[in-house]
Amino acid sequence: MTTRERVIAIIAEQALLDPSDVREDMTLADVGIDSLGVVESIYAIEEAFDLTVPFNANDPQASEFDISTVGSIIQAVEGLVAERA
Amino acid sequence: MRRVVLTGAGTINALGHDVPSTLQALREGRCGIGPLQFRDVERLAIRIGAQIKDYDEAAHFTRQQLALHDRFTQFALIAAREAVARSGLAFDGELGPRTGVILGNSGGGLSTIDDSYRAVFEEGKNRVHPFTVPRLMANAASSAVSMAHGLMGPSFTVSSACASSNHAIGLAFQMIRSGMADIMLTGGSEAMLCFGGIKAWEGLRVMSPDACRPFSATRNGMVEGEGAAVFVLEDRDRATARGAEILAEVAGFGMTADAGDIVMPTVEGPERAIRAALADAGLNPEDVDYINAHGTGTAANDRTECAAVARALGPQAERVLISSTKSMHGHLIGGTGAVELLACLMALREGIVAPTVGWEAPDPDCPLDVVPNVAREARVAACLSNAFAFGGLNAVLALRAA
Repeated sequence: MTTRERVIAIIAEQALLDPSDVREDMTLADVGIDSLGVVESIYAIEEAFDLTVPFNANDPQASEFDISTVGSIIQAVEGLVAERA
Repeated sequence: MRRVVLTGAGTINALGHDVPSTLQALREGRCGIGPLQFRDVERLAIRIGAQIKDYDEAAHFTRQQLALHDRFTQFALIAAREAVARSGLAFDGELGPRTGVILGNSGGGLSTIDDSYRAVFEEGKNRVHPFTVPRLMANAASSAVSMAHGLMGPSFTVSSACASSNHAIGLAFQMIRSGMADIMLTGGSEAMLCFGGIKAWEGLRVMSPDACRPFSATRNGMVEGEGAAVFVLEDRDRATARGAEILAEVAGFGMTADAGDIVMPTVEGPERAIRAALADAGLNPEDVDYINAHGTGTAANDRTECAAVARALGPQAERVLISSTKSMHGHLIGGTGAVELLACLMALREGIVAPTVGWEAPDPDCPLDVVPNVAREARVAACLSNAFAFGGLNAVLALRAA
């Protein structure tokens, strides 16, 4: 599985959707993930990729980790994976 | 119905080891938050908190007592000792059975749990200390206070996360008012500053890595504290008859549930709790001069709290002073409302409103007078103390000057 596929699988599981229904232009709100779901998704990403994601729920927009869309999350995770390599 | 007054107060927290030193810090706007010091702190992402400094447990307790008392129980005992001494009461004779203890607490003996799990899981031991259960149980502090002072009336622990202390004080108030008890020791204690305690909070991603800045546009989360505060509540006629010094009157109590989300607060739940406390106390919005805010410094709380205050007080919200002293003593979770009641006593008795320190810039979502950074002199005849817990449980106390 690519990073993209793994991130989409995590988001789909959180949103109770089939991965094929999750598109990169969707926001987390579009797929039905609320603020608690965001925190849980980020935790699942950290566990899956063995990463630490810089994210503060008090100010999601300000963190370096862009969660505005599914695509931006994939890019951010790819960035963290590359940084670690 | 009987009226209920405060005739004693005691505390230990990051700002001081007793009430006078704590009030001095609140007056000066001194911040008790700093680097955390405990085992494995280097494995945490959040490494600040309002820890009690220069605490020597052996100076307060014997070796036998220390074997039985987790930190949260030690703090409750120290605070209760000061409160009882201040009240001038002794509980021998008929008074013991007419006096009870209700304390708030959320985490129980968390250091005891942490240490015991470490022993069996990490160190592979197959044995824990024989007093592990009596140390970690959430009612340990209430029971220890009852035993220390011979209090045999209604006694238990209230656990409603960040509202625990306010719920405890509110229940103690109602018991005296209804005649179930004549005197109650009440307040709360918490000692969550250990590896497991902070690691759990870290997971929720609501903690600030650098400072607690309630109501400031630059706020980025809460900072945890530890400690206890305990108060002596007494039937007013009884206190007057014995010539006791009355610190303030507990005038009313309101509690509601959001029935919404497990962590995201609503505006309506807190608003209804404020209205209920005012109605119970027979106060109108124009009577309230000060509110000790829940003011956690999270995005979610501060915004909804300001909206709730604005809706409950109407135009009077523009005049009222509201400050969050969590910016100084941190968030004591189950003990927080108790320590915050000290700021209410200072406002009522001395006419000094403790500030919200760490405040840097106005937030349009928090358009109230939050007493930024410097204490304010003001005539305070009545005040409220807010506590809004995870789980949507809200508890607001109303106090009047003696």
